[in-house]
This record gives sequence, C-alpha cells and structure tokens, in this order.
Amino acid sequence: MTNIKSTAQTLAMTRRNFLGATAAGAAGLALGFPKPAIAQGAALKVGLMLPFSGTYARLGQFIENGFNLYVEQKSGMLGGRKVEFIRLDDESKPETATDNMNRLVSRDKADVVIGTVHSGVAMAMVKVARDSGVPLIIPNAGADEATGPLCAPNIFRTSFSNWQPAHPMGKVVYDEGHRNVLTITWRYTAGQQMVGAFTEGFEAAGGKVVEALTLPFPEVEFQALITQIATLKPDAVFAFFAGGGAVKFVTDYAAAGLKGKIPLYGTGFLTDGTLKAQGDAATGIRTTLHYADDLDNPANKAFLSAFQAKTGEAGDIYAVQGFDAAALLEAGLVATGDDASAREALFAAMAGAKIDSPRGPLTFSPAHNPIQNIYLREVRDGRNAFVSVAGEAVRDPARGCRMA
Amino acid sequence: MDIGTFAIQLLNAVQYGLVLFLVASGLTLVFGILGVINLAHGVFYMLGAYLAWWLTVATGNFAVGILGAFAISFLVGMALESVFIRRLYGRDHLSQVLLSFGLILVVDELRQMLFGRDVQSVPLPEWLSGSLPLTDVLNYPVYRIVVSLFCLAIAVAIFLVIRRTRIGMVVRAGAENREMTRALGIPFDSVNRYVFAIGIALAALAGAVIAPISTVFPGMGDGMLILSFVVVVLGGIGSVPGAAIGALLIGLIDTFGKVFMPELAGILVYVLMAAVLIVRPTGILGKREV
Repeated sequence: MTNIKSTAQTLAMTRRNFLGATAAGAAGLALGFPKPAIAQGAALKVGLMLPFSGTYARLGQFIENGFNLYVEQKSGMLGGRKVEFIRLDDESKPETATDNMNRLVSRDKADVVIGTVHSGVAMAMVKVARDSGVPLIIPNAGADEATGPLCAPNIFRTSFSNWQPAHPMGKVVYDEGHRNVLTITWRYTAGQQMVGAFTEGFEAAGGKVVEALTLPFPEVEFQALITQIATLKPDAVFAFFAGGGAVKFVTDYAAAGLKGKIPLYGTGFLTDGTLKAQGDAATGIRTTLHYADDLDNPANKAFLSAFQAKTGEAGDIYAVQGFDAAALLEAGLVATGDDASAREALFAAMAGAKIDSPRGPLTFSPAHNPIQNIYLREVRDGRNAFVSVAGEAVRDPARGCRMA
Repeated sequence: MDIGTFAIQLLNAVQYGLVLFLVASGLTLVFGILGVINLAHGVFYMLGAYLAWWLTVATGNFAVGILGAFAISFLVGMALESVFIRRLYGRDHLSQVLLSFGLILVVDELRQMLFGRDVQSVPLPEWLSGSLPLTDVLNYPVYRIVVSLFCLAIAVAIFLVIRRTRIGMVVRAGAENREMTRALGIPFDSVNRYVFAIGIALAALAGAVIAPISTVFPGMGDGMLILSFVVVVLGGIGSVPGAAIGALLIGLIDTFGKVFMPELAGILVYVLMAAVLIVRPTGILGKREV
C-alpha cells in the first residue's frame, strides 16, 4: 500500500520536476545561455527516507516540504543540477530501516540520502552510510552517536544532537532560582540523552537533580508519576516528551493542578507542533530549542511566508531542518561544480558551509553536527515565543568522534 | 509512602483499571462469543476518539461527540460483519488475523484522509472540567472520576444484558455450542451481527470517553490493543467479569510498579500474565477446556 503510494507520488514529483526543468530549459535557450545549463548529465537522485505514515508522519511531511521549498526556490535544481526525488516511507520502524536504506543506495542508486526523524531508524541509516560511503544528511534524529562515536566524513546533520538543546537549559533553570529539580522522561535514547545533558548542565551550575522518573516508551499513562511529583514537591520539573505524549503530559500536569505551583521546563519538543492540542495547559512553559517561531531575522521571515504560501501551513522547526538540509547540499554541490561524485571535495565544502538559516547563523563542527544558537522560549498565545538566547553558537562535545 | 499518597495512587490504579476494562470488554465479547481474533480493535478505539473530537468540535456538544462515535461505529460494525466478518466464523486464526490486520491499514488510512495526522484534544464542557483538591499541590480532575463511574455503569450493563436478557441467553448458548444452537432454530446468526457491532462500538466508545484525558493521536490504539489482549487472556477469554478483574489487576500492578520498581514497569504486566497463566492456563475466570 505504502509502496504504491510512494511510487505514485514519485512519478508525480518527477513529472513536475520534468515540466519545471523543460520550462527552464526553454527559457535558457530563448535567452541564449552560453552553456546549456540543463542538458548536462543525469538528474541528481535525492533519496528521501522519511516517515510518511505513523506517529511521525506529520514531521516527515514538514521536512519534505521544507526541502522541496528550497529546491523550488532554486528552480528545481541544486548546484545547477535538476533534482529527482526517490521517496521512501520508513514508517519509523528500525527493524526495516537497514533494508530500506540499502534499497535506496544499491537498487535506486541515490546520489545522496536525506533522513530521518526516528533515532533508531537513523542509526541503521548511519551504519549503511558508513559502509557504502553515500552522503547522508540527517534532518531531525538527535541521537548523540550519529555525530559522536559513529561520525563519518559522509554523514551530516542539520538538526541537533540530543545534548545540544538540553544542556543550556541546566543553567537557565539554575539562574531562575531553582535548586532541587526532578526530571521525567521516556526510558529510551532521546529521553535519556536529553535528561543526561540537562543534569550535566544543571549540576555544573550548582543545582541538584533530586529524582529522575522514567516510564517505558511510548507509554502515556502519567497519573502515577504525576502523583509522585506532587508528593516530592521539587522546585521545578524538567521533562522530555514529544508528539502525543507531550500533549498528554502537559495537559495531565495542568489538570492535576501542578501548573503554576511547580514550574515545568523542557526541551522544545515538549511544546513544538503540539500547542493547538495542549491549549491553555501549555501557557507559560519555558523550553530550549535551536528555533523559535517568532525569531526576528530576515531569513526566518522570508522562510515563514514562503512556506505558508507553498503549503498553507505555518512553518516549524522540522520544515526549517528540511530546508537547511537542501541548503547544505546546495553549498556542497556549488563548490564542486555540481559533481556529486567528487565526494571528498563535496564533504569539505559541506563541512565548511556557512548557512544563513531561518534559525540564525548555522555552521558545522568537525563532527558535522550543527553549531547553532539555542533559544529560550516561552509559550504565549499559542506560540513558542522567543525569550532570550540561552546559549550562543552551542557546540556538541562530540564525545567519541575521531574527526573532532 | 504515607497513607495519603498510597490512597491517591490506589485511586489512580483503580481509575486506570476501569478504563482498561472498558476498552477490553468489547474485545472479550467478540473473541469469546464469536471466536474471532479482532486485531482491529485498537484502531476502532482510535477511530472513536477521532470521531468524538470531530463531532464535539463541529457541534460544540460533548454528548453528541460521545453518542455519535458510539452510533457511527455500531453501524460500521454491522456493515463489516455482514460483508467480511461472517465469513470468518470457524475459520482458522490466520485468516482472522489477516483480515483484521487489513482492517487496521484501511481504517488508519481513512483516518488520515478524513481527520489528518495532527494531535488533537477534545474540549470538555464547563461542568466536567473542574478538579477536586487532594493535597496542597495535587488536584484530581472531576472528569477522571466521571469516567470511572461511567466504566462501572457499562460493566454492570454488559453483565446484566448477558445474564438477564433473552438476547444474552442466545449469545451464551451460541458461545457454548454453535451447531446445537442453530439446530434448535435459535436465530444465532443475526445475533452475531449485533455482538460484533457492539464489540466495535464499545472500543470506539472507550476511545471517545477517554479522548479528553488521553488526547487524540494516530497510533493511540496500538498500545491499548496489546493491553486489551493481556486483559482478555488474563481474565479468561469471553468472560466479562474476568476482564474486569484482569483490568483492575493490571491497573494496580502498572501504577505501583511505576512507583516502586520503575526499571521494571514495562514488563511487570507481562510477568503477571505469565504467572497467572502458569497457574490457570485459561485465565482467572476462563472455562476449563479451550
């Protein structure tokens, strides 16, 4: 079912690009370009391995739309080469991830792969990328390992490492006067890495984590743990949840009367893409992330209005990460004269890219993880409003990476 | 843990158990009486939640949302039974699993087309959205108490229908011996349709009633489906009182497991199930022979 769907959409996509490319080609001929800009070589095959169904389907859609927006702004081309998409629904299933990635690399001969959201799937993709050498750009998954022990010259990330948004929050919470803090999350990679980084930052500032509550992923029955929070009465709570779990935790927290009595902090995922469903329960929650909806810079304003015009929806961090993945690829291809097979030069150019991202200035560490600002935001009027810069040009420690 | 906190956790446990019962009751009916393994039970739980959300937001009336979700899924259940499910009676479990798995894919895709993939929340009417103060920092939402009472009422209603009505008698006879019931001229087949439709409608009703406290999102039924099967197997297949006992046990072990043994919270439920099945292979109130 999914395959049929993605094939159909790939065809549609190719046709659209073909039409675009033909139009551009005709225009080029009419204007008499000195060099046939379109006629050179085959299209650049971009494998988009993203969740198009399941819990993370919405995120996959936004990443794809962000990527497409950038390509459309470059008239359907990256580095002067037309782009052909191969869409593959990874369904956020780690167990089929290796096969899916191998399919893109071996059968479909993708020149570059973009993916994905789920960290478990991304780790499988990282392993295939390390073996095959295919360029991989991760537009969301935050597993520290991808730009840590498993870093590689051909693996880049345009999102964040789990460490990145969580660590600066430690100092923020301490500076707001809290000394004894409780943490709560799902017992799986992302949750544990973020809570770990927060604890590291918070204890370095002088605070103490009094209790670390966890529950199995992706369980959403929080009542027992919320009762425990009310019994322990910490100064504040740091939470990592995402998607449906984030909505339920935040609404349960408010319904239990804890909102306004024990301040709730978290990484941005607690309130991103979920505010409509959380409603008033989320108001006042402070989170840290590498983006805020109302960042006041020209790139963000231009991005948000273009995204709105293209999709009819408000752009968010996921769309930005997809958009920047395309920008990073473009930076590499422009430098190598649109030759994706000159890989060493391509990777060097990508590693040195300086992108004027909607999130602010974006460069890359030797481990190929973004160096970016982390913003403190507060939920106001249904938006994640910018409060301050919690950390400027925050750089992941890239523990275990040999390139760093 | 002082006695006050213990009492609150006990309340949490019972409340969770009652919710699990409501979800599992439909599954145990369909499984026990029709002998059909319905993997699509969880997806109808999700559909009920989405219907409740959609109808509540469209009409501004929460009661319309709940009743609408129940009625629509009842009709869907009737239609499904007459087209597909009736061909499954007496077939091996593989055919049943394949068909109901297909239903999961279809319903999930329909949900995507009709309602999208966003996380939604169902607004509660004013008189249900308050909360009672339990300690200086902790409140208990009134709606959670209302849901518990509602689940209890449904449990009693199901029990009475099966034990005290003529339809219930036919259902019990059919579950006992299908061929004999037919041979005696009892209209068992048309009752089947109602049993299946009620099973589906109970799943959707559970989703609809729980929607305001669980939030509505794709995949919300997956975890519930697995827990429902645990409840059904634990309590004894087809036994409604068994499902109630199983659900309460799981509520207790899950809640106190999270508090006392957080590292093991994910597996305690299954350890309980394994332990019970070793002692009573057919479940707590299951029939001896299966």
